[in-house]
Amino acid sequence: MTLNLVYFAWVRERIGRGAETRDVPRTVESARDLMAWLCEQDEGYRAAFADPKCVRVAIDQEHADHDQPIAGAREIAFFPPVTGG
Amino acid sequence: MGVRVQTDDFDVSAEIAALTEGRTDIGAVVTFTGTVRGTAKSGAISTMTLEHYPGMTEAELGRVEAEAQARWPLQGSTIVHRVGALFPGDNIVLVVTASAHRQAAFEAAEFLMDYLKTRAPFWKKEADGEGRGTWVDARESDQVARARWENN
Repeated sequence: MTLNLVYFAWVRERIGRGAETRDVPRTVESARDLMAWLCEQDEGYRAAFADPKCVRVAIDQEHADHDQPIAGAREIAFFPPVTGG
Repeated sequence: MGVRVQTDDFDVSAEIAALTEGRTDIGAVVTFTGTVRGTAKSGAISTMTLEHYPGMTEAELGRVEAEAQARWPLQGSTIVHRVGALFPGDNIVLVVTASAHRQAAFEAAEFLMDYLKTRAPFWKKEADGEGRGTWVDARESDQVARARWENN
Protein backbone atom coordinates (compact mmCIF):
# COMPACT_ATOMS: atom_id res chain seq x y z
CA MET A 1 0.00 0.00 0.00
CA THR A 2 1.36 3.45 -0.94
CA LEU A 3 1.03 6.13 1.73
CA ASN A 4 1.91 9.80 1.96
CA LEU A 5 3.60 10.35 5.30
CA VAL A 6 3.94 13.83 6.82
CA TYR A 7 5.82 14.91 9.93
CA PHE A 8 5.77 18.07 12.00
CA ALA A 9 7.78 19.91 14.68
CA TRP A 10 10.36 17.76 16.52
CA VAL A 11 9.09 14.59 14.84
CA ARG A 12 9.99 16.19 11.49
CA GLU A 13 13.38 17.37 12.77
CA ARG A 14 14.35 13.94 14.14
CA ILE A 15 13.29 12.11 10.97
CA GLY A 16 15.04 14.73 8.84
CA ARG A 17 12.23 15.40 6.36
CA GLY A 18 8.72 16.80 6.36
CA ALA A 19 7.05 14.44 3.90
CA GLU A 20 7.64 11.28 1.91
CA THR A 21 5.79 8.59 0.00
CA ARG A 22 6.32 5.01 1.16
CA ASP A 23 5.29 1.57 0.01
CA VAL A 24 4.15 -0.08 3.21
CA PRO A 25 3.66 -3.87 3.59
CA ARG A 26 0.13 -5.21 4.12
CA THR A 27 1.09 -6.43 7.58
CA VAL A 28 1.14 -2.79 8.73
CA GLU A 29 -2.47 -2.31 9.83
CA SER A 30 -2.40 0.62 12.25
CA ALA A 31 -0.46 3.80 12.98
CA ARG A 32 1.22 1.91 15.82
CA ASP A 33 2.36 -0.80 13.35
CA LEU A 34 3.55 1.92 10.97
CA MET A 35 5.72 3.56 13.65
CA ALA A 36 7.26 0.17 14.50
CA TRP A 37 7.90 -0.59 10.81
CA LEU A 38 9.49 2.83 10.21
CA CYS A 39 11.75 2.29 13.24
CA GLU A 40 13.20 -0.73 11.43
CA GLN A 41 14.17 1.53 8.49
CA ASP A 42 16.60 3.97 10.12
CA GLU A 43 17.84 5.82 13.18
CA GLY A 44 15.82 9.01 12.56
CA TYR A 45 12.52 7.17 13.00
CA ARG A 46 13.81 5.46 16.13
CA ALA A 47 14.66 8.90 17.57
CA ALA A 48 11.26 10.33 16.60
CA PHE A 49 9.22 7.37 17.86
CA ALA A 50 11.32 6.42 20.90
CA ASP A 51 8.36 7.20 23.14
CA PRO A 52 5.23 6.56 21.04
CA LYS A 53 2.87 7.94 23.67
CA CYS A 54 4.42 11.41 23.05
CA VAL A 55 3.46 11.17 19.36
CA ARG A 56 0.05 12.08 17.97
CA VAL A 57 -1.42 10.69 14.76
CA ALA A 58 -3.78 11.99 12.10
CA ILE A 59 -5.26 9.83 9.35
CA ASP A 60 -6.35 11.79 6.27
CA GLN A 61 -6.15 15.01 8.32
CA GLU A 62 -8.29 13.86 11.25
CA HIS A 63 -7.00 13.03 14.73
CA ALA A 64 -6.75 9.26 15.23
CA ASP A 65 -5.76 6.71 17.87
CA HIS A 66 -2.55 4.74 17.42
CA ASP A 67 -4.59 1.55 16.99
CA GLN A 68 -7.01 2.90 14.38
CA PRO A 69 -6.83 0.89 11.11
CA ILE A 70 -5.03 2.68 8.26
CA ALA A 71 -6.50 0.57 5.45
CA GLY A 72 -7.64 2.86 2.62
CA ALA A 73 -5.88 5.92 4.04
CA ARG A 74 -3.96 8.28 1.75
CA GLU A 75 -2.08 10.43 4.24
CA ILE A 76 -0.76 9.62 7.72
CA ALA A 77 0.70 12.40 9.88
CA PHE A 78 2.88 12.07 12.98
CA PHE A 79 3.47 15.03 15.29
CA PRO A 80 3.92 16.08 18.94
CA PRO A 81 0.95 17.17 21.07
CA VAL A 82 -0.26 20.46 19.60
CA THR A 83 0.69 23.83 21.15
CA GLY A 84 -1.21 26.50 19.22
CA GLY A 85 -3.36 29.35 20.51
CA MET B 1 -18.32 32.44 10.05
CA GLY B 2 -14.80 31.81 9.06
CA VAL B 3 -11.38 30.47 9.91
CA ARG B 4 -8.09 31.78 8.54
CA VAL B 5 -4.44 30.86 8.91
CA GLN B 6 -2.03 33.60 7.83
CA THR B 7 1.44 35.03 8.34
CA ASP B 8 0.16 38.64 8.38
CA ASP B 9 -1.06 40.42 11.49
CA PHE B 10 -4.79 40.92 12.02
CA ASP B 11 -6.82 44.01 12.91
CA VAL B 12 -9.28 43.29 15.72
CA SER B 13 -11.55 46.24 14.88
CA ALA B 14 -11.73 45.27 11.23
CA GLU B 15 -12.61 41.67 12.16
CA ILE B 16 -15.43 42.86 14.45
CA ALA B 17 -16.72 45.18 11.72
CA ALA B 18 -16.69 42.36 9.16
CA LEU B 19 -18.78 40.21 11.48
CA THR B 20 -21.30 42.84 12.55
CA GLU B 21 -21.67 45.17 9.55
CA GLY B 22 -25.31 45.69 8.59
CA ARG B 23 -26.57 43.39 11.37
CA THR B 24 -29.11 44.42 14.00
CA ASP B 25 -29.65 40.96 15.53
CA ILE B 26 -26.36 41.00 17.47
CA GLY B 27 -26.29 42.18 21.07
CA ALA B 28 -22.89 40.94 22.18
CA VAL B 29 -19.46 40.61 20.61
CA VAL B 30 -16.59 38.98 22.48
CA THR B 31 -13.00 38.96 21.25
CA PHE B 32 -10.02 37.05 22.58
CA THR B 33 -6.49 37.88 21.40
CA GLY B 34 -3.51 35.67 22.25
CA THR B 35 -0.09 37.36 22.09
CA VAL B 36 3.55 36.28 22.32
CA ARG B 37 4.96 36.43 25.87
CA GLY B 38 8.55 37.65 26.04
CA THR B 39 9.55 35.11 28.69
CA ALA B 40 9.47 31.32 28.70
CA LYS B 41 10.32 28.81 31.47
CA SER B 42 13.97 28.99 30.43
CA GLY B 43 14.16 32.81 30.26
CA ALA B 44 13.70 35.60 27.74
CA ILE B 45 12.81 34.63 24.18
CA SER B 46 13.78 36.46 20.99
CA THR B 47 11.34 34.85 18.55
CA MET B 48 8.50 32.35 18.45
CA THR B 49 8.01 30.36 15.24
CA LEU B 50 4.67 28.72 14.58
CA GLU B 51 4.44 25.65 12.35
CA HIS B 52 1.16 24.07 11.24
CA TYR B 53 -0.31 21.27 9.15
CA PRO B 54 -1.80 22.99 6.09
CA GLY B 55 -5.17 21.53 5.22
CA MET B 56 -5.77 19.78 8.51
CA THR B 57 -5.46 23.07 10.42
CA GLU B 58 -8.28 24.69 8.48
CA ALA B 59 -10.37 21.50 8.66
CA GLU B 60 -9.89 21.18 12.42
CA LEU B 61 -10.65 24.86 13.07
CA GLY B 62 -13.80 24.45 10.95
CA ARG B 63 -14.87 21.42 13.00
CA VAL B 64 -14.26 23.31 16.26
CA GLU B 65 -16.26 26.27 14.98
CA ALA B 66 -19.13 24.02 13.86
CA GLU B 67 -19.18 22.44 17.34
CA ALA B 68 -19.49 25.91 18.93
CA GLN B 69 -22.32 26.75 16.53
CA ALA B 70 -24.14 23.60 17.56
CA ARG B 71 -23.80 24.40 21.28
CA TRP B 72 -24.58 28.13 21.38
CA PRO B 73 -26.89 30.44 19.41
CA LEU B 74 -24.15 32.39 17.62
CA GLN B 75 -24.83 35.04 14.98
CA GLY B 76 -21.26 34.65 13.79
CA SER B 77 -17.70 33.74 14.68
CA THR B 78 -14.20 34.24 13.36
CA ILE B 79 -10.93 32.46 14.11
CA VAL B 80 -7.64 33.88 12.80
CA HIS B 81 -4.35 32.15 13.66
CA ARG B 82 -0.92 33.37 12.60
CA VAL B 83 2.00 31.16 11.55
CA GLY B 84 5.67 31.84 10.83
CA ALA B 85 8.15 33.92 12.83
CA LEU B 86 6.63 36.12 15.54
CA PHE B 87 8.20 38.42 18.15
CA PRO B 88 7.32 39.18 21.79
CA GLY B 89 4.20 41.32 21.90
CA ASP B 90 2.96 40.16 18.48
CA ASN B 91 -0.55 38.84 18.00
CA ILE B 92 -0.87 35.06 17.60
CA VAL B 93 -4.56 34.19 17.58
CA LEU B 94 -7.93 35.94 17.43
CA VAL B 95 -11.33 34.54 18.29
CA VAL B 96 -14.45 36.65 17.76
CA THR B 97 -17.94 35.49 18.70
CA ALA B 98 -21.22 37.34 18.17
CA SER B 99 -24.56 36.49 19.72
CA ALA B 100 -27.80 38.11 20.79
CA HIS B 101 -26.76 37.91 24.44
CA ARG B 102 -23.41 38.04 26.20
CA GLN B 103 -23.39 34.65 27.93
CA ALA B 104 -23.37 32.68 24.69
CA ALA B 105 -20.67 34.92 23.21
CA PHE B 106 -18.42 34.66 26.31
CA GLU B 107 -18.83 30.91 26.66
CA ALA B 108 -18.39 30.16 22.97
CA ALA B 109 -15.17 32.24 22.83
CA GLU B 110 -13.73 30.32 25.76
CA PHE B 111 -14.81 27.00 24.27
CA LEU B 112 -13.23 27.86 20.90
CA MET B 113 -9.90 28.70 22.56
CA ASP B 114 -9.92 25.60 24.78
CA TYR B 115 -10.65 23.33 21.83
CA LEU B 116 -8.28 25.11 19.47
CA LYS B 117 -5.38 24.75 21.93
CA THR B 118 -5.78 20.99 22.23
CA ARG B 119 -6.91 20.04 18.70
CA ALA B 120 -5.68 22.47 16.05
CA PRO B 121 -2.34 21.26 14.60
CA PHE B 122 -0.01 24.16 15.44
CA TRP B 123 3.40 23.88 17.12
CA LYS B 124 5.41 26.66 18.76
CA LYS B 125 9.18 26.85 18.83
CA GLU B 126 10.80 29.50 21.00
CA ALA B 127 14.30 30.84 20.37
CA ASP B 128 16.43 32.45 23.08
CA GLY B 129 18.78 35.44 22.66
CA GLU B 130 21.43 33.21 21.05
CA GLY B 131 18.92 31.75 18.59
CA ARG B 132 18.74 28.33 20.30
CA GLY B 133 15.32 26.85 19.62
CA THR B 134 13.10 24.84 21.97
CA TRP B 135 9.75 23.27 21.07
CA VAL B 136 7.07 24.33 23.53
CA ASP B 137 5.59 21.42 25.52
CA ALA B 138 1.84 20.86 25.60
CA ARG B 139 0.32 21.85 28.95
CA GLU B 140 -1.75 19.54 31.10
CA SER B 141 -3.83 22.58 32.18
CA ASP B 142 -5.00 23.00 28.57
CA GLN B 143 -6.29 19.41 28.53
CA VAL B 144 -8.12 20.06 31.80
CA ALA B 145 -9.62 23.27 30.38
CA ARG B 146 -10.94 21.37 27.37
CA ALA B 147 -12.23 18.42 29.39
CA ARG B 148 -14.63 20.59 31.41
CA TRP B 149 -16.72 21.14 28.24
CA GLU B 150 -17.13 17.43 27.60
CA ASN B 151 -19.84 16.88 30.21
CA ASN B 152 -21.69 20.11 29.49
